[in-house]
Amino acid sequence: MSPTVTTSSEANGNVSAATARAAATAAAAAEKQGPQTITLAKALNTAMADAMYADPSVLVFGEDVGTLGGVFRITDGLTRTFGESRCFDTPLAESGIVGMAVGMAMNGMRPVIEMQFDAFAYPAFEQIVSHVAKMHNRTRGAVKLPMVIRVPYAGGIGGVEHHCDSSEAYYAHTAGLKVFTPATVADGYRMLREAIDSDDPVMFMEPKKLYWSKDQVDLDALRAEHAANTERGTSSEGRAAVARQGTDATLIAYGPSVPTALAAAAAAAEEGRSLEVIDVRSIVPFDDETVCASVRKTGRAVVVAEAHGFASVASEIVARVQERCFHHLAAPVRRVTGFDVPYPAPKLEHYYLPGVDRILDAVDDLQWED
Amino acid sequence: MTISADHAAPEHPTAQPGSPNASQRSPRQAAPDAAGDAVSKFGITVEDYMLPARRQIQMVAPDGTLNPHTEQGTQPGHEYSLPSGAELLAAYEQLVVGRRVNDQNSALVRQGRMAVYPSSHGQEACQVAAALCLSEGDWLFPTYRDSVAVMARGVDPVQTMTLFRGDWHGGYDPAKNKVGIQCTPLTTQLLHGVGVAHAAKLRGEDTVVLAMCGDGATSEGDFHEALNFAAVFHLPVVFFVQNNQYAISVPLAHQSVAPSLAHKAVGYGMAGERVDGNDVVALLAVLGRAVKLAREGSGPLLVEAHTYRMQAHTNADDATRYRQDSEVAQWVAKDPLSRMRTYLTDRGLLDGEGDARIAERAEAVATQLREGLGEEVPVEPQNLFKYVFSTPTPQLKEQSAMLADELSRDAVAGPAADSAKEASE
Repeated sequence: MSPTVTTSSEANGNVSAATARAAATAAAAAEKQGPQTITLAKALNTAMADAMYADPSVLVFGEDVGTLGGVFRITDGLTRTFGESRCFDTPLAESGIVGMAVGMAMNGMRPVIEMQFDAFAYPAFEQIVSHVAKMHNRTRGAVKLPMVIRVPYAGGIGGVEHHCDSSEAYYAHTAGLKVFTPATVADGYRMLREAIDSDDPVMFMEPKKLYWSKDQVDLDALRAEHAANTERGTSSEGRAAVARQGTDATLIAYGPSVPTALAAAAAAAEEGRSLEVIDVRSIVPFDDETVCASVRKTGRAVVVAEAHGFASVASEIVARVQERCFHHLAAPVRRVTGFDVPYPAPKLEHYYLPGVDRILDAVDDLQWED
Repeated sequence: MTISADHAAPEHPTAQPGSPNASQRSPRQAAPDAAGDAVSKFGITVEDYMLPARRQIQMVAPDGTLNPHTEQGTQPGHEYSLPSGAELLAAYEQLVVGRRVNDQNSALVRQGRMAVYPSSHGQEACQVAAALCLSEGDWLFPTYRDSVAVMARGVDPVQTMTLFRGDWHGGYDPAKNKVGIQCTPLTTQLLHGVGVAHAAKLRGEDTVVLAMCGDGATSEGDFHEALNFAAVFHLPVVFFVQNNQYAISVPLAHQSVAPSLAHKAVGYGMAGERVDGNDVVALLAVLGRAVKLAREGSGPLLVEAHTYRMQAHTNADDATRYRQDSEVAQWVAKDPLSRMRTYLTDRGLLDGEGDARIAERAEAVATQLREGLGEEVPVEPQNLFKYVFSTPTPQLKEQSAMLADELSRDAVAGPAADSAKEASE
């Protein structure tokens, strides 16, 4: 565990933690038992609320996250439930938000901070690259920074410029940052809890077009799973998931591209081709084992990602698969990514985003005739 | 900033449906009225509280004589009392040690024992006062030029110099020493200081943070963000700007045309003050009062010290390319050490015996540095991977194994094989 201080906010009376706790308990009890249909947004929100309930050192702050509940409403209700000392608005300055979080993490807190949009996180880049990523290393482990930087990222929502960047490669390229990106509602809860539990800083990339995607999820079961994992010292961290079983080729995707890859696999099945879909989940650390096991099995692979292809996470995945699976490959590993252009205006994004047809064209190209 | 603020779905979820607490939502926390407090505490206007006094605070003149009270730059609401004789003597001892440290380290660089050393020669009064004004539970956030302040705060001298010796990026435990790592990216550390103060405040602790930067650094965006965050959250942070006149080669006039750097405080709603940065007496008084006010809940304060970097930026710099020797000579006449020595001697606080004792103490630290930095500390290549994360990733384990394999093959082949290989190439 991190050097979390024992003086809880409850003890010194700054926050009415007892009140917050009672409210959270009541809220949890009021929730429907068993599986229910919820959105990714709700799963993320619940993960933060549960973490705040479990640990008084967990704080949430950023732009518009308090009264408004965030522009995407992911922090909705946290200020109301936990008070303004636990979830609060900051001045509009991203470097300030990240830099202050570094100091708070140095001094016993576990900040969960929100960058309002992918491209609005760039003013904080120096703090992230020069301090968040390096503090543990340069202090030889004496200072841990248990902080989560939540970034709503990628496109597909018709957003105007500076609201749709896929910025994951900048962070993945920086040694010392973990980079997670959930693609399912359950993973929204599971992975955000694990990110908050992490003693190392996590860039938590949230596919904004999936915020309102829904799934049948049993939150109590997820809570029990988290509790059991905590007790055993296990987690799903750093592991990819097989999102769909298949035998003929592997689609490797993450975040917003996972549903697209699944749709492509469903379409391929109708044409008699069985595609396996791997949800990368954690870009750093990367699960070579799961990805390569699938490619060795199928012998063919296409990496699908929204970000520009040049010098990208997709490029890294292709390189890793090629280095490890060369003798199992029946065809070169293909990438289906965004074009190497600035993220397009809303009426053009449709041409830019990797879609089912472009994925299937790439699959068709995998030298089946040999 | 957001062009379309409402990206929420029509039926967005609420965090805690049916929360019984909903109606008890606390009102928005209003920042305490620092201005109103000042008016009642000092009986002056808000502007007079926030604007620095019309002149810099100087208690001891460059010739070592105590300025008459009316000529110390003080005015109502900006009043300072003389520190005790014991405090002044302790500060003088640290000044002498600091000067010896600076000169010893510069010598070690010339001898090739250290990669680089940004000396604070001439700025020792600022260095010493920054450390001495803090209490045990307080935090200091220094820059790369503030090694003397770090040592004066009690950090081991050899651990302090690890950064510049080159075997690791930092040599001391920031949490244990309550001293942030010496920071190179300008002003980024001010925000860390703000965060430490914020965390302490949320826990109800009375920690004060003193965060240091230079005149050039005030041009950086993080300077603005740090001062504004500290003011908005009403945090006990003293921002201490050592205005040593140059950012490497660029003089202050190219950084700012504000009446003074301390005047920037009013823009954030905090109090600013200017002080003679070569007068340790005034520095102890001004910083001591700032720390006291911050601890009492006045919010952040900004102190600008006028001083001079008497030597080049680092050993790699050539100061003759951008400033005249005559300018340096003017500042040598304002040296913080000789001024204090004259003052203390004239007051009878320092005699030959004290002088000798302090010189001996400074020499002991210099010896410690020579010995500590002279010894070849073996580096451990596997440490490259050890501290990147709390638990190494599979990728780092692979790379660590690769390096281990290279090293074991080198060990088997031996140095003779290496030189034979080089010869054949």
